[in-house]
Amino acid sequence: MSILIDKKTKLLVQGITGREGEFHTKQMIEYGTHVVAGVTPGRGGEQVLGVPVFDTVAQAVAQTDANTSVVYVPARAAADSILEAADAGIKLVVCITEGVPVVDMLRVARRLAETDTRLVGPNCPGLISPGKSKVGIIPGAICMPGPVGIVARSGTLTYEVLHALTQRRIGQSTCVGIGGDPVHGLGFIEVLEMFQNDRQTKAIVLIGEIGGTDEEKAAAFIKKNVRKPVVAFVAGQTAPPGKRMGHAGAIIEGGTGTAAEKIAAFQAAGVPVARFPGEVAELVARRLARAKK
Amino acid sequence: MKLHEYQSKAIFAQYGVPIPNGKVASNADEARQIAAQLNKRVVIKSQVLVGGRGKAGGIKVANDPDEAEQLADQILAMKIKGLPVRKVLVDEAIHIAKEIYLGVVVDRAAKCATMIGSAAGGMEIEEVARTTPEKIVRIKIDSAYGLLEYQARALAFALGIDKTLVRDFTAIATGLYRAFVATDATLAEINPLAVTAENKLIAADGKIVLDDNALYRHPDLEQLRDIDEESSEEQRARNAGLSYVKLDGDIGCMVNGAGLAMATMDVIKFYGGAPANFLDIGGGAKADKVKTALEIILSDPNVKCVLFNIFGGITRGDEVARGVVEGLKGIKTRVPMVARIVGTNAEEGRRILADANMMTAETLEEGAQKAVAAAKRMQ
Repeated sequence: MSILIDKKTKLLVQGITGREGEFHTKQMIEYGTHVVAGVTPGRGGEQVLGVPVFDTVAQAVAQTDANTSVVYVPARAAADSILEAADAGIKLVVCITEGVPVVDMLRVARRLAETDTRLVGPNCPGLISPGKSKVGIIPGAICMPGPVGIVARSGTLTYEVLHALTQRRIGQSTCVGIGGDPVHGLGFIEVLEMFQNDRQTKAIVLIGEIGGTDEEKAAAFIKKNVRKPVVAFVAGQTAPPGKRMGHAGAIIEGGTGTAAEKIAAFQAAGVPVARFPGEVAELVARRLARAKK
Repeated sequence: MKLHEYQSKAIFAQYGVPIPNGKVASNADEARQIAAQLNKRVVIKSQVLVGGRGKAGGIKVANDPDEAEQLADQILAMKIKGLPVRKVLVDEAIHIAKEIYLGVVVDRAAKCATMIGSAAGGMEIEEVARTTPEKIVRIKIDSAYGLLEYQARALAFALGIDKTLVRDFTAIATGLYRAFVATDATLAEINPLAVTAENKLIAADGKIVLDDNALYRHPDLEQLRDIDEESSEEQRARNAGLSYVKLDGDIGCMVNGAGLAMATMDVIKFYGGAPANFLDIGGGAKADKVKTALEIILSDPNVKCVLFNIFGGITRGDEVARGVVEGLKGIKTRVPMVARIVGTNAEEGRRILADANMMTAETLEEGAQKAVAAAKRMQ
C-alpha cells in the first residue's frame, strides 16, 4: 500500500504549459506517474509532452477521469485553481505554488470544508509513493520503496532525510510535504492517521519547524493514537522571535511556536527527536530493528 | 509588513472606527502647529515599529503647543529598541475610563479569521493570554459571511460593554474585520479601544500587519513601507527574491530551502558556532543569485566563514557547483568558504568546488564542524 497516491493515481496538471508545470510534468512522467491531462485556460486542444491540454478542469475530468490534480499556476491564481479542481470533483489537489495570500487560503479552507476534496499544500514539494507515483517536485532519484512514512513542513530538508534513508537502504512508503504556509490543507494529524492505518508503513518520520502549534498537537495525537514508532525533527532552534524564516508559517509570534516547546512536546509523548537532520535515519534504523525483534 | 499606528488608525477610520483627532509630524515645529490647531491637551506618540513605546519614554502628554514642541523634539531624537524615531503622532488627549482589547488574527489551527476581545485592554494580548486567559473571548469568523452583527453583540456583552455602547461597539468590530479583509492583513488590532470618561468608544492605538504575499494587490499599501524596519541588506535580499534574516553570529549561511536553512543554523550552533544569518536562495543555485547572496552575506563585517549547504535534487550537484563557482567570480574576499553539496552527482560537484579552492564536506555535520573551525581560526 502507501497513502494518498499510488499506481491508480490519474493526474491532471494545472498550469501544464508554464515553465515549471511543463518541466515537472516531464519529471513526473519519467518517474512513472500516470499524467492524463493538463489544464491551461485558452490552450485547450493543444498537447504538452503528449498530454492533452484542456481549457477547464471540468472538461479534463469528463474526458480523462483524472482523480488527482497538481497546481503549478502563479500565486495570484492558485486559490482559484484549487477551487476549480474541487468543484470538478477532484478528490486530491496538491498545490506546489508558493506565496498564496493567506486570506485566499482562508476562503479555500472554508469552501473545501463543504466538499470531500483533500488539499496538500500550498507552498509544498508535493508527495511521492516511491516506485508507484510522484505528484509534485520531490526528486525521484533520492527515494526507494520501503516501510517509512514521512510527513514534513519543508522541501529540501525533507529531501535531506529521504536521501539519508535511501543511502542506508531504508525505503519509504509515502512522503508527504504538507507545506510551509500558516494556513494549508492536510496537517500532521490527518497524515499520521493515514500512516497508522497503512500496512506498508512500519515507522513514521515527522519533520516540523517553528511557528504555530501543529507539532504540539501532533505530539498529543501520537501519544494517544499512533502505535507505530515515530521519529521527529524540528528545525529553527536558533531562529529569533518575530522574524519570518523563509516560510510564511515559520515565525515565532507572541512567545509561541518555538522549537524548544515543540521538542519538549515530542519528548513528553515518547517520540525521539533527532538533534540534527543526519540523525533521523540513524534513529529510524534503530527503531525498525527493534520493531523486528 | 507592519504599518505604523498613524497609518493603521487612518485605515480603521475609513471603515467607520472612531479615532482621536490628530496628525503626524516629522519635526517639532509641525508638532507645535498640530497642537495649536487641536487647541487641547495632546499626546505625542513616537511612530516606531516596536512594542513598549510608552515604557521607553516614547509617549508623552503635552498641555500646550510649547510643551508639544519641546516633547516632540525630545522624542524625535530618540532611538527605541534600536529604531530611530522619524515621526510622531500628535493626537488630542482623551480621558480614558476603561481599556478594551479588540483584534482580528489569522487562526492557523481553525483555518479562519478569529476576533479576539478582552476586557483587559492596554496590555499586550500575549501577556493577558499567559496570565489571565479567562479574560479572553474568541469569535471564529466564517469568511463566506464575515463578522455577523449578533457575533459582535455577543462579544460586547461578554466583555461587559455598557448597554448604551453596544451598537457603537458592533459597528467598530465589524469595521475592524472589514479593514482586516480589505487590506489582506494577518493582524488588525485596536489596543486599547478606549471607553472615555464621556462614555464614548474610540481607538486610542492601532496596529496592522499586512500579508507580504498579498502586497502585490495593494500597491498603495506597499508605499507605506518603513525602510527602517529592515536593514539595507534585508531590503536588497527582498528585491533580489532572496529570503534573508540577519543574526548575531559569525558564520554566514547560504542554503537552498527554508527548512534546510534553519536546520543548517541549528547544526552550526550544535557544534559550538553561531550563524550570522538565515538565507534561502531558493531552487537550484543559479550564478547570479549566488553572487548577490554572497555579497549580502559578506557585507556583514562579523562574518568569518561562509557555509554553503545545497541539496541538488532536480538540479544536479555538478550544476549547482558550477553555479556557485560562477557566482564567486568577481567577488574578492579572504573569508574562507565551506561547501557541502548533497544529492544527485554530488561527488562531481564537490570536485568542481575543491578545484575552486573551497573546503568541501559530504555531510552537514562535517560541513558545520569545518565552518566552525575555520571561523575560529579567523578570529
